[in-house]
Amino acid sequence: MAETTYTGPIPKPTPETKPFWDGTRQRKLMIQLCGDCRRHYFYPRPLCPHCLSRNVSWVQASGRGKLHSFVINHRPPRGFPTPAPFVIGMVELDEGPRLMSNIVGVEPDPAKIRCDMPLEVVFEDITEAVTLPKFKPVQG
Amino acid sequence: MADCGNLRGTAAIAGVAESDEMGRLPHKSSLQLHMEATHNALADAGLKKGDIDAVFTSGRNMANDLPEYLGIRPRFVGGTQVGGCSFILHVEHAMAAINAGLCEVALITHGESGYSRIAMPAPRWGEDSTNNQFELPYGSSGPATGYGFLATRHMHEYGTTSAQLAEVAVATRKWAALNPKAYVRDPLTLDDVLGSRMICWPFHLLDCCLVTDAGGAAIVTSAERARDLPKKPVYVLGTGECVTHQMVSQMPSFTTWDAARVAGERAFRMSGVKHADIDVAEFYDAFTIVPMLALEELGFCKKGESGPFVSGQRTAPGGDFPMNTNGGGLSYTHTGMYGIFTIIEAVRQLRGECGPRQVPDAKVAICHGTGGVWSAAATMIVSTEH
Repeated sequence: MAETTYTGPIPKPTPETKPFWDGTRQRKLMIQLCGDCRRHYFYPRPLCPHCLSRNVSWVQASGRGKLHSFVINHRPPRGFPTPAPFVIGMVELDEGPRLMSNIVGVEPDPAKIRCDMPLEVVFEDITEAVTLPKFKPVQG
Repeated sequence: MADCGNLRGTAAIAGVAESDEMGRLPHKSSLQLHMEATHNALADAGLKKGDIDAVFTSGRNMANDLPEYLGIRPRFVGGTQVGGCSFILHVEHAMAAINAGLCEVALITHGESGYSRIAMPAPRWGEDSTNNQFELPYGSSGPATGYGFLATRHMHEYGTTSAQLAEVAVATRKWAALNPKAYVRDPLTLDDVLGSRMICWPFHLLDCCLVTDAGGAAIVTSAERARDLPKKPVYVLGTGECVTHQMVSQMPSFTTWDAARVAGERAFRMSGVKHADIDVAEFYDAFTIVPMLALEELGFCKKGESGPFVSGQRTAPGGDFPMNTNGGGLSYTHTGMYGIFTIIEAVRQLRGECGPRQVPDAKVAICHGTGGVWSAAATMIVSTEH
C-alpha cells in the first residue's frame, strides 16, 4: 500500500521505539526484558517500569497471547480506513505485557468473541515504512 | 510514606457556580465560560476579585491564559491536568496550600467549549506520541474505546449486563428531570438505552455522556474565613488522589480501578466518615460503567457487585442511594472535564439549595471523578458539619 493512500494515523517512531517498528517491518514482535527483575514490558522505553532498572534489552516475543478484553468500534475517527464495525482488543502476550491492537479474522459480533481466547500476531503493512502488529484467533 | 496529614476540615468550599448558560453555546468561547463561572462563584461566596490569591485550573496553557483573561495575579498557581477529575485534585491542592500559609482564597475554575469548540486548544497527540504509535493506529475513538475495555472484562468476570449499565442512565435521567439546568430531561426507559445506536460495544449512545459547552467554578478558603462568609461553609473532610497511567493499554488491571481505590481509601481515612454516613454521591459518569466501578472501589459494594447494586433504580430519586443528583454527565452537562460539576452539586445539596431534587437532610456528600481513560482518580468527602 502506498504511503499517500493510507488515511489512518501513522506511527512515527522515536529513538526509544524505533527497534519495535524496525521489528514489525521484519515480521518480528519486539518487546523488552528487564535484566534485573526479569519481567517483560511494553511499550518501549529504556527503563523497566516494574523496578526502574535501566539494565534492559530487546527480545522477540512469541507473538502468542490471549484476548484480555475488547470493544467493537461502530464510530471510528473520521478518515479511519477500516470499515466499521471492527474489533479493538487488549491483547495479553504470553510474556505478560498487554498491548492494544485490532483483532482480525473474527466477525465484529460480541457473541463470536470471548475474553481469554488465544491469539497470534499477524503483520499488516500500512505504508512502505510502517507495519502494524495485529492479532487473529489461533485456529483449533 | 506520608498519608493524610492534619488537613481534615481545615478548608471549606465557600462558593460554587456554573456559567450563565450551559448546553450548546456557539456564541461563547471556552475562556468566557470560565469567566462567567468565576464571576458567579465569587458572588455566591460573597467575595470580590481582589480576594483571590490562588488560581487552580486545568487544560493546556490554561494556568497562563486564565489569570490574563481575568486580570488576576495569583501568588499560588495550580495547573494540574490529569483529565476530568482535575478539579477535585485542585481542592486537595488548595487545601494544602492554604494550610501552608501560601494563599487564603483559591479559585478553582473550568470552562470548555466541548461541543462548539470555540477557542479550544488544537488536537492533542503528535505523530510520535505514544498514543499515535500504540493506540490510535487501531481505530481507537478515545474515551468510548478506552472505558469500554473495563466494561467488557467486568461483564466477562462478573456477569454484569448491558441492562444493569442502562439502570444508571435511566436513574440519572430521573434526576435530570428535576434539574432545570439539565441539558436533557425527557424520561428514559431501559429499552430506550438498550435500543439506542451502538457507539462502541458494549456502549450504546445512551451509555455515553453528553458533549456540551459550559463552565463551572468553586471558591475554596480556610474553614475560619469561610465561617465569616454569607453561605453555610461546606467543609472538606477528606480527599485523595492517584494516577496510574495515560494510555488505557497501560492500565494495571481491567477488573479493578486501582487509582479510585487509592484515592477513596485516603479520603475516607482522612475524613473519619463511614460509608453509612454518606447521604449523597456525585460520581463522574463519563459512561455508565464509571460510577459503577466507583461504587466498588470506594467500598459501597463488593468487587463485581455494582450491577446488582444499581438495579431496581436504586440510585434514582426515591432510591436508597441518591447518586448524580444534578443529572450527571449523562443528562445534565459534560463539557469534556466534568469533575467541577460534582463539587458544585455536592455543595448545593449540603446547603439545601436543590429544590425538587433535594436529598432530605443531606449532611455528608462524596465526590469522585475519573481522568483520562481510568487514568486518574480523585475523591472528596464534604460536610456542613465540621
